[in-house]
Parts: sequence; structure tokens; C-alpha cells
Amino acid sequence: MDRATEHTKYLIAGSSHAALEAINAIRMHDPEGSLTVVTRDSHLPYSPTVLPYVVSGKSAPARIFLRDEDFFARNKVSYRPESALKALHADENTAELADGSTIVYEKLLLATGASPAIPPIPGIDTVSYHVLRTLDDALKLRGAIAASKQAVVLGAGLVGMHAAENLVKAGASVTIVEMSDQLTSGYFDKVAADMIEQAFRDAGAKIMTGSRVVRLEPTAAGAKLTLENGTTLAADLLLVATGVKPEMAYLNGSGVEHAQGILVDDRMQTTVTNVWAAGDCAQARGFFTGTQVMNAILPDATLQGRVAGMAMAGDPGIQEYAGGVPLNTYHFFGRHAISVGSSKVPEGGEVVTRFDEKTGHYLKAIFGADGCLSGIFGVNEFFDGGVMAQLILRRIDLTPLRDRFVANPLAVGREIMSQTWR
Amino acid sequence: MGRAYSTIAFDPAKCDGCGDCMKACAQAKTGTDDVARSRIQIYGRGDATEKDFELALCRQCADPKCVTVCPAGALNKDGTTGVIGWDASKCVDCLLCTVGCAYAGIALDETAGHVSKCDTCDGNPACVPACPHGALKYITTANIYNEVGDWEDLFAPGLAGCQGCNTELLMRHTLRRVGPDTVLATPPGCVPGMGSVGFNGTTGTKIPVFHPLLTNTAAMLAGIKRQYKRVGREVQALAIAGDGGASDVGFQSLSGAAERGEQMLFMVVDNEGYMNTGMQRSSCTPYGAWTSTTPVGETSRGKTQDAKNLPLIMVNHRCAYVATASTAYMEDLYEKLDKAIAASKTGFAYLHVYSPCTTGWRFPSNLNMEVARKAVETNFVMLWEYTPQEGLHFTKSVDNPLPVTDYLKAMGRFRHLEPEQVEHIQKKVVENQKFVERMTEHAHVG
Repeated sequence: MDRATEHTKYLIAGSSHAALEAINAIRMHDPEGSLTVVTRDSHLPYSPTVLPYVVSGKSAPARIFLRDEDFFARNKVSYRPESALKALHADENTAELADGSTIVYEKLLLATGASPAIPPIPGIDTVSYHVLRTLDDALKLRGAIAASKQAVVLGAGLVGMHAAENLVKAGASVTIVEMSDQLTSGYFDKVAADMIEQAFRDAGAKIMTGSRVVRLEPTAAGAKLTLENGTTLAADLLLVATGVKPEMAYLNGSGVEHAQGILVDDRMQTTVTNVWAAGDCAQARGFFTGTQVMNAILPDATLQGRVAGMAMAGDPGIQEYAGGVPLNTYHFFGRHAISVGSSKVPEGGEVVTRFDEKTGHYLKAIFGADGCLSGIFGVNEFFDGGVMAQLILRRIDLTPLRDRFVANPLAVGREIMSQTWR
Repeated sequence: MGRAYSTIAFDPAKCDGCGDCMKACAQAKTGTDDVARSRIQIYGRGDATEKDFELALCRQCADPKCVTVCPAGALNKDGTTGVIGWDASKCVDCLLCTVGCAYAGIALDETAGHVSKCDTCDGNPACVPACPHGALKYITTANIYNEVGDWEDLFAPGLAGCQGCNTELLMRHTLRRVGPDTVLATPPGCVPGMGSVGFNGTTGTKIPVFHPLLTNTAAMLAGIKRQYKRVGREVQALAIAGDGGASDVGFQSLSGAAERGEQMLFMVVDNEGYMNTGMQRSSCTPYGAWTSTTPVGETSRGKTQDAKNLPLIMVNHRCAYVATASTAYMEDLYEKLDKAIAASKTGFAYLHVYSPCTTGWRFPSNLNMEVARKAVETNFVMLWEYTPQEGLHFTKSVDNPLPVTDYLKAMGRFRHLEPEQVEHIQKKVVENQKFVERMTEHAHVG
């Protein structure tokens, strides 16, 4: 190869939240060590989480970037877009990039995120469909939404639901097809999901839960979907939003162990020396399970990125990762839903709910046998998610306060905060 | 040089939960009286019989989690003001910031449908003047650090102080303020112990420093100052001495220099004992305090005599300037430092700084400022200044002091006190206060 081989002390593959936090953490401890960021994306860093708002028009595409060129210059970071990691040769500390170049690193962070998981539906490769993971995806979808009359969204996770709302608001007739028997499963329980479902129905969307697509065929207008029960749907816009999974092909032969994601310890180190992983591509300790789980959410990506950066730079102030706690927020038709912690009821645990059908305020709190909070979920019921997460992480026994807490988690949460970690 | 920032400080002990701050905030920020929309939220603690209040307010974190979890780049920390700003035009109302913040500093304003947070009203927070009890303060001490931080640090980068000691702060600030045309005298004590006289043949300062005896500091410095004067060179003569060196064996030369009106600034760092040599008592050690020479045992209960009030003795020398100061009140300290430097150009200036000793007083190393503040809030020490023209006046109000036990219980050296000893100390505090008050009255009459 003609190109001279580059050397860098720190190499970061990926350019979103985990990568950006790792840069900060490294620069806190090592202001000078050479740092290179390589990313598949062609833009400055942005968050996948903002993309539904690009689609809706709420966010101007030019204003979503989380860092500018000046940030990289000030922090002495070489930022290389359109240079995805293609292959990792961990035995030689070398990364091979899509643009044909190779980089020799001392420490490598894999923060390559995730890509849409495309379900193996027969015929899916014969139709054109949208996904929503990159800015380019979002811009394409935004253009298509305006022209769509009849849209089908496959998958009722938060990305699919966001896009479906945008489609409804743009005036399309929208059908949401979901395999499981409720919307937003994994984020919200049946009661909350029913409220979300009702809001979508009120807005004119069609919801088909418990439905599996068995065949896809191209049509003049777009695609024809055949469901398990024989129903067919026509779509001029098909969005596949059935979840994400990390792309890990570059790990082949590298020795880095991976399962659903790249397996890491509590310092975000992989099974291989000098290689760390963080964010949506990492499979790290779950707070509730103790085993390695996927917890592909933004707050965890920042936390993991920081731990990884500190570990890479050898910062003695490092605090090991305490385990991922699910944290999600969701806005739909002017209402909001917040989910903090695990929806699973622990053995000997207790669930307390209150629901005011008139106001649409719904709250569910789950307590463990030890009296500690393990999950709290609200629709139209605002509480400080960050305070709730601390209650969970600190394993604070809420038994003496439980009734007051369930009646007003906002005020009682703040009260405990004031006494405990102010 | 990093920047320091102004901040809103809350003293729960002074809060009675009246909610005036919340009303002021709601008015200023929403034009309504809806306190639920206030960005400062006061919470009563669980038990309604207890009058304890706490607040939820943005801390303008140095390392803000709300900013890192915002997917839209709508939150940003302003490097100049330190305030975390919220850009409505970028916000997508996703509420992730409220999940990121562990302090309930950013929350949903349900009426507006957006998050809202404190922006300190651009440096003029509406809540602060609205508090009728002084529980909220807007602390602008940061301005001093920012200004001083731009001046040259004349002390060695590293020094050998105990963890949490405020003397490093004093030395670095004082030397920065007096500047490079200074000759420094540091008699035996913590200041040379921390490294002012240096190691391996180099000084610990970037200015000439010498190490006189405990007994002759003021005399030697006076001679050096006079010699410089004779050769026509303007230098600042500065002594930084401990209370032992100033109030015990060094007192004769100190008193002599003050009486002759030698042109110097004599700063005493009063940690109430010979802390550098093993925590022996000095004449500035207060009654009841444990030291290694006033031990606590079966018969002995700490020091049996009251402390000498050295700054008042210096007032009786009619020095050009005498003041007491505390590192818990840096604005006050700085004003006094400026006045003392000015006075030392023509006469003798004396600055007495109370300096809690983490090691000798037995308190955790993170509580130095808190102990210093409690000393002032209980009137255990009083902040005042004196000039022959203006007489003596307080620079910090002495009204409504906290009980002296609030100060005593903050450290281990008073842990053994019997109730009658505490009573003695409280009486002494009141007596000292009355004594100094009479001097201020006298000054007004005179």
C-alpha cells in the first residue's frame, strides 16, 4: 500500500455520544496524546436520538451537530469522517479503514453504535424501504413523508412510534404493524401502551399489534405486505423500525469476544488488550441482572464513554461502571412518558400503581423485597428521572416513605435527594 | 487558567419555607404567581414538625450531565459565566436532560410544555433579594479569583502543606497581590514548613525570602526595608508569621516595629498554636482546646487560660492599619489586604487572619472553609478593621450569632468539653463582642 501507516495513541471508532464523552475523559487526563476519531458518517457528530425531530422538521438539520470543527482543533483531535472501521488486527494494534488506510493505535475504543436490524421477511430485499439511524436516513425519510398517502411502519419501538406520529401529522394514512401484543413493549407497560395506542387511534392511525409480516412484494406505488392472518396492506412508504443491533463484522478474527454486542468489563475493556468498547455496540453489566446485557440508550452511552476514556488514559479517578439502568423518555401528541429502571417485578417485590382516567395521569412504581425502588414509569406524570435513577443506583430503602412517594414522586424524590446526596 | 463563577448559595438554617424566592422567580421568568413554575424549588423535609428546608435548583455543574445527554445540542455551559444555557430553538422536548440530572436542576414546566432551569437571571437573580431571611446569597467571590488568577503566582508549584490547609491559599493570594517587588520574611512555623524557604538550595518563592528567628522577624525585616530605602529602591516588606511567632517570643520585636511605625505589612496566620512543631499551645490557643501541651486526661481538660487577643493589642500600638480577616470571607480579606498594603507604604500595617488547622484542630480536610465560617458566624472571631483616623469598626455584622457550640462541635479539639467549659467559652464570646463593640462606640464618639 502506498499510504504511509499512521500512528495514534488513542483511536476512537465512532463519533456519537460515547465517542464524544471518551474524548473529554481522555483530554481531562492527557491533554497532548495523539487522538484520532474515525467514523462511517460523513457529517460532524450528531445524536441518533435527534433524528425523529429532523424528520418532523422540529430540528433544522444544520443545527443538530453536537460539536464543531473548532472543538476538534482545540482538543487536538484528528476527525476523519467517511472512514469506517473495516477490520481490526488486534494482534498488531492495527485498524484497517474503509478508505483503504491503516492506523496503528496504542489504545482503541470501539464506539461504532448500532445499525437497523432488518427482519428476515421473505421478499424484503425486493422492495424499497426506509430506516432511521443516520442523518442521511432522516433527510431521505423527511422528503418521502411529504409525498406519502399510505404509510406502513414496521415495529412499534420508540423510533417507529416517533416516525408514525410524524407521518400522521403530515396527513398520511398510517398503519403500525407490531409483532408483540402491545406498543412500546420493553419501555412501557400495558396500561401506558394502551394510552399511547389510544392517542394514535384518536389521531387516525391504524394499530396492528400481535401481527407478523410473512411476505413483502414490490408494487407500482411501493410495497404490498402480507400478514400471517392473510391480511394484505399496501404502502407507498415503508419504514422498517424493528430495532437495532451493532455491526461487528470488523471484529472477525480479531479475538474480541462478542455476543449480542461487544463484551466488556466494568472498565469497558474488551477481552483483548488495548481495546475498549462503549455505547450501543457494547454489552456491559446490567444493574439488575449482574450479567452483560444490551442497554442501548443515550445516557448509558455517555457514561460508558467516560469510563472507557478514563481507563484508556489511565486516569486514577476512574469509577467503575455500576451497571446499566434503563432510562427512557417519550413524547407523543403533546403528552410525555418517562420510564426509569426495570419493568420486571423482582421476587418478593411489589407493584404500586395509580391511574386517573380523567386526567390521564398514570404512575407505576416497582419496589424490591428490600424496599428499594427498581422501576418507575409515568405517563403525563412528571418526576425527575435523574433523581429516580439515583434512588435505584443507591439502593435506598423507601419503605417508610412509600405512600408519600407514590402520591408525589417529584416532591418526595427531591426531599430524599436533599437529605442524601446534595 | 480556568475560570471561577458566581453562584447562588443557600443556607437552609436561615430558610423558613416562606416561598418568597419561588414567587419572585415565577414572576421574573413566567410573569405569573404560579410557584410550581419557579426554577428554584424549596422543599420541607418529611416531618412537618421539623422546620428544615432544602432546595432543588440548577447547580450549574462544572461537568454537567444534562449537557452530555442532550441529543439536540440545546444545552451548553457558557465558559465565561458558568451558566448552563438552554436554547429553546434547538430543544426537542425529549426530557432526557431531566433523566441525566441527579439534582432536579432541570425540570418540566408543565404549563409551558418545555423544560426550564435557572439561568441566574444573567447575574442578577430575582430570588436572592426576595428572600427576607438572607438564606439566599449571590456569591461573586469568583470575580476575585478570576482577576487574581491572571496575576503571576509567586509561590512554588508544589508545597508540603497538610491536606485541606488554607495557608496555601493565603500565601498564593497574598504574594500575587503584593507582586514581585517584595521581600518576604517567614519565621519558623507552618509557612516555611510548607516550603517558602525552599528545598535543596532554591527558595520556594519567586521573590527574595528569608528565614529569621522566631524572636527577631519584625526587627530583621525592618532593617532590610530601611536598607532598601537607603539605596533608593521601593520594595514591599512583608512578613507572614504564625501566631506563636507573633504573640509569644516574637512579640517584643513585633511590638517594637509597630511602635516605631516601620513600613511593612505583618501578616499573622493564626492557627491558634504551634501546629508545625507538633501542636503545642500558644498564647493564642483558646480556652478548653486540646493541644499536645494542654492534653485531655483524667485531671486535665484542655487549655485552662483564655487566648490573648493579639489584634486588639496591635490596635493599642495605633498602627497605620490593623484588621482581622478570614479565608471564608475572601472579598473582605481582599479589601483589607489592599488597605494594609497601602498603609504599609507609610507605616506599620498588621493583618490577622484566622486559619483553621485541619491537623491540629482535628476536623476533616474538606471542612476548612466551613470551620472558618462557623467561627465568624458564632462570633468566636470577629471581623473588623482599625485606622487611627476612622477608629475601629466591624466589617461583618455580629448580630444574631449562632450558638458557639455550632463552632465547637465542628472539630475534635473541643470534643471533651464539659458543659461548664462550653458555658465559659460562650460567656467569653459575648464578653469579647461587648469589648470590641465598646471600642467601636468609642471610635464614633472620638
